[in-house]
Amino acid sequence: MSKRIVIDPVTRIEGHAKISIFMDDAGNVSDAIFHVVEFRGFEKFCEGRPYGEMPGITPRICGICPVSHLLASAKAGDAIMAVKIPPAADKLRRLMNLGQIVQSHALSFFHLSAPDFLLGWDTPPAQRNVFGIIAANKELARAGIRLRQFGQEIIEILGGKKIHPAWAVPGGVRSALSDEGRAKIRAWLPEAFATTKVAFDLWKKTMETHQREMQIFGNFSSLFMGLVAPDGTWEHHGGKLRFTDSSGSIIADQLEPQKYYEFIGESVQANSYLKSPYYLPLGFPDGMYRVGPLARLNVCEQMGVPKADAELKLFKKLGRGAVTSSFLYHYARLIEILASLEYIERYVDDKDLSAECLRADAGINNLRGVGVSEAPRGTLFHDYTVDRNGLLKKVNLIVATGQNNLAMNQTVAQIARHYVRGNDIPEPMLNRIEHGIRCYDPCLSCSTHAVGQMPLHIQLLGQDGKVLNEIARG
Amino acid sequence: MERLKVATVWLGGCAGCHMSFLDLDEFLIDLAGMIELVYSPVIDVKEYPKNVDVCLIEGAVCNEDNLEILHKIRARTKVLVSFGDCAVTGNVPAIRDQLGAGNVKNVLQRAYIENAQNNPCVPKADGIVPQLLARVMPVHEAVHVDYFLPGCPPPAERIKALMVQVLEGKTPKLEGANLKFG
Repeated sequence: MSKRIVIDPVTRIEGHAKISIFMDDAGNVSDAIFHVVEFRGFEKFCEGRPYGEMPGITPRICGICPVSHLLASAKAGDAIMAVKIPPAADKLRRLMNLGQIVQSHALSFFHLSAPDFLLGWDTPPAQRNVFGIIAANKELARAGIRLRQFGQEIIEILGGKKIHPAWAVPGGVRSALSDEGRAKIRAWLPEAFATTKVAFDLWKKTMETHQREMQIFGNFSSLFMGLVAPDGTWEHHGGKLRFTDSSGSIIADQLEPQKYYEFIGESVQANSYLKSPYYLPLGFPDGMYRVGPLARLNVCEQMGVPKADAELKLFKKLGRGAVTSSFLYHYARLIEILASLEYIERYVDDKDLSAECLRADAGINNLRGVGVSEAPRGTLFHDYTVDRNGLLKKVNLIVATGQNNLAMNQTVAQIARHYVRGNDIPEPMLNRIEHGIRCYDPCLSCSTHAVGQMPLHIQLLGQDGKVLNEIARG
Repeated sequence: MERLKVATVWLGGCAGCHMSFLDLDEFLIDLAGMIELVYSPVIDVKEYPKNVDVCLIEGAVCNEDNLEILHKIRARTKVLVSFGDCAVTGNVPAIRDQLGAGNVKNVLQRAYIENAQNNPCVPKADGIVPQLLARVMPVHEAVHVDYFLPGCPPPAERIKALMVQVLEGKTPKLEGANLKFG
């Protein structure tokens, strides 16, 4: 008889979620679904508002990567005004985005995921968290906290606030980098590089001891998508889209991100508030693609900065063609932190960032504008349609985590297949399955333009709804 | 001395208040010696425990699950704090209420029917996907709230100011710049 296992809620992820695992008659895992259970409705309730308010409203979609929404929203506004923003404003937006990549990736690595591979999968749940790391290794915890802080400080230096700064606007940005801010960032950089080195050392030891996880935590073929520069260099804010497959071959390149609707479709899953975008030419669900750090490193040819490029070479050796294990999202995140620090180092010596001309102005010149930027978790699209007065008539948002939805389902199924047999629900399975989701660092407040908790409760249910086995963890 | 049992909860919001809590940065290390975090999105406890001293609640009350856990939290917690503007006023999630009586249908229609190319349908799965409430509410409309901590999000310094007073056993008072929304 086929059965269903429910994990509720998934914790140490940035959102509200449950997991169902389906078993076939023979007691083997047939499928798994990651359910997102929160929804707020931004795409509808922004209607009727002036497009210029969107950089103020949409960061409230997500407090973890508010800068991504701020920037995508401002870029959609640039497109509606049909302006090219001053080069200094583009550099300043990039600097803020780099600060955000550092803070968000440091959060994912040190605060949320490291408790699993540093303290161990089978550490008691009460200790398996950032406070457990504080107790086990205070100086490491402090270093991680301060690396995240460094990223947050860059955001505050530019925007006046760590979370939800009202700074980027259609046409540019509101203020330049101050001399004081420049000095503060410069003085902090050596420590940030040193902490990143510590994180790399830790990660490399983890890879040695976690060969099995590399094999089964989301290791499968899929497409990968991300922005790249014209020469194939890593991008995080400009550039155009590239899709590659698992062999590493480019299947589409330099796609105009503003025309995403020509190559990305969205599918609804009836039991989740998270939609599943797919690559239209391959249809659903064959058009499954992954986004975010792993994908960006797979689609790019170089990082464009020396230290991160050396790491990228080592990273690429972990795959034949593309690197296909989602466990390596963690590694990819560290490489992106390193690259971000190197780019930040360049910007602190760039006089342009003190420029006075930072904002283009214009009326409504396009009735539709699409803004695209790489959020820490993947490519983010804001698509606004306005009337002649600039009031919003329609909004579509495609966020990073949704684009990994199909891959997250497949990852959960792959891990479950490894651990679930018959009616047994082995304890070590629970946290490992949740970690399969953590690899993607899903930001569910973004994805459903919505988050809390409920008890973890796993049930094996028969088709008639009868409970065959259950365990609860409190 | 027994450490204070503290919980943090995330309802319908953006996690920005929780991120601001993490912006306490190195004070978190000090805090680890003063409080016991018994329930939070950043730790693995799945069932809201009994006898919690203080709970910070981020987010507005948007769906049935939010409402259900809120009643459980109230029953098991001495002091509830509305943590940030969404909890205090409904803030951004409550913009949905301005769409009037049909708001739930309208927001779902746009996201899952109009903005979908494959399998357009409104998600529904009993016991899995919670139904949206007809109207988004601030926390105090659903349960009694003891203290209010405004801000979108409240900056870390403001959170610290409140936590320090609570830890000292005082009735927390926020004044001046610490009473700002937005």
